Amino acid sequence: MLDILKIKDDFPILKTSPHGKKLIYFDNAATTQKPTQVVEAVADYYKKYNANVYRSPHYLSTLSTESYEEAREAVKRFINAKTSESIVFTRNATESINFIAYTWGLKHIGEGDVIVLTIAEHHSNILPWQMVAEKKGAKLKYVHLDEDSRLDLDEFKRTISEGHVKLVAVQHASNVLGIINPVDEIIDLSHRNGAKVLIDGAQSIPNMKIDVEKLGCDFYAFSGHKMLGPMGIGVLYIKEDLLDDVPPFLSGGEMIDEVFEDHSTFAPSPLKFEAGTPNVEGAYGLIKAIEYIEGIGLDNILKHEQELTEYALSKLVEIDYVKLYGPKNAENRTGIISFNVLNVHPHDVATILDQDGIAVRSGHHCCQPLMRYLGVPATVRASFYIYNDKSEVDAFVDGLKDVRKWFR
Amino acid sequence: MSDLNQLYSEIIMEHYENSPNRRELENPTIKERGHNPLCGDDITLELKMNGDVIEDASFVGHGCAISQASTSMMCDLIKGKNKKEALKLVEKFIDMIHKKDVDLDELGDAQVLQGVSDFPARVKCALLAWKTLEKII
Ligand SMILES: Cc1ncc(COP(=O)(O)O)c(C=O)c1O
Repeated sequence: MLDILKIKDDFPILKTSPHGKKLIYFDNAATTQKPTQVVEAVADYYKKYNANVYRSPHYLSTLSTESYEEAREAVKRFINAKTSESIVFTRNATESINFIAYTWGLKHIGEGDVIVLTIAEHHSNILPWQMVAEKKGAKLKYVHLDEDSRLDLDEFKRTISEGHVKLVAVQHASNVLGIINPVDEIIDLSHRNGAKVLIDGAQSIPNMKIDVEKLGCDFYAFSGHKMLGPMGIGVLYIKEDLLDDVPPFLSGGEMIDEVFEDHSTFAPSPLKFEAGTPNVEGAYGLIKAIEYIEGIGLDNILKHEQELTEYALSKLVEIDYVKLYGPKNAENRTGIISFNVLNVHPHDVATILDQDGIAVRSGHHCCQPLMRYLGVPATVRASFYIYNDKSEVDAFVDGLKDVRKWFR
Repeated sequence: MSDLNQLYSEIIMEHYENSPNRRELENPTIKERGHNPLCGDDITLELKMNGDVIEDASFVGHGCAISQASTSMMCDLIKGKNKKEALKLVEKFIDMIHKKDVDLDELGDAQVLQGVSDFPARVKCALLAWKTLEKII
């Protein structure tokens, strides 16, 4: 059991009152709120350590560089990477995926090659591969879902065995359905068929212990802001043996070894992947986010999310005008529930809940292919995190009953 | 709750749920799709022109109550107007939604959408039809 009251106390924003109501923040899949520890770390960085990294020999620059490299070490430990050379800082998961598409992808994927995705991917893990496919004459293949709205592993097996697969790019967990994909098996099958694997960890990093060594994936992408960290800091993990196969993404300052008038040589990894002045305060804040999450324990976080999901599902199935999407139970699933209120557009549902101080998202959640596959233009999404509790779920369910009052 | 009363007033719900303008025209002179990619409101506006005059207007599509009611109200309002008059109404409506001081009377039922100006996240929904019309006449 998490000590929710104590956790809540660490999040100043949860004490604000939208429309005069107590804030119930159920939009955690979009971004989580930040604990004081993270907020203060970012301020601390600017109060005590700020200088440009790597460049200058003075006292502050050393502190700044140390802060930044400490963050890299923290991330390395957090996801159990073998070496910190594998940890590249980006702005977010989207940039991390684009990074691999524009570098490794354009270099190694060619005509007739196949890129395998799932139908539930976020646009950020679709569009970069459409770009590669179009530029290189490669083909995209999508794996769909089974009756319980989970990834159809048999279809995946068939697809991978059809051959020519160069890359499998899948989400670890879905931002719409909450399903957790069997990435162990996917990575194993992909490797046995000669394909590399990129995991979009945007929705798994906040609530699952990630061990990239054990997973064996080639690339892992995530955002700091979905795991209590600041916005504008993200991570790309590149497996050690691939570091030389991945060309630099952006070029310029900081990433070089030597520059001549007509050519240059690059710094070793990870610096060759990080051109220009980086987001040091974001990286420094991320350290505190990691500490906070580890203090609670990832197993406890997932368990808490699943308890709330199960509780909410048990209430929602009772309401005959609520249509749920996704698996019937909370097993093997993160704290995300997508649904619709019959005959009410999701946007209207969200506005009405908002008047009660309840923040949910409505729309296609950057997953239009999935929406089309589910046969709906949009859904409402409630997503839970460590500071949410059952009384909030009750208020949310009551709020949904109010929604019907406005629509006959 | 009083804010929601404004947003989901009787008259808005009536246009949303039972709009006579939700239909396809037989031989529309102009047909134009408008959509809000972020929230998924998606309408197709159909106009039957007689010279410079909008003889008939209708729409099909789906979306939230605000976008659909707003479209229906606009169709009511522009029937029988010439292009210049219609454009003036569009301008008026957009001004109203942006909280500018305008004489609301001319906007007919659509003036009840004034309340949307207090819901910044819904402004786009209310404007969809009007921006679409602005593009084609
Ligand atoms: C599954 C998934 N992938 C990728 C992203 C993109 O994350 P970001 O916007 O932080 O780059 C998100 C977040 O919206 C997501 O949920």
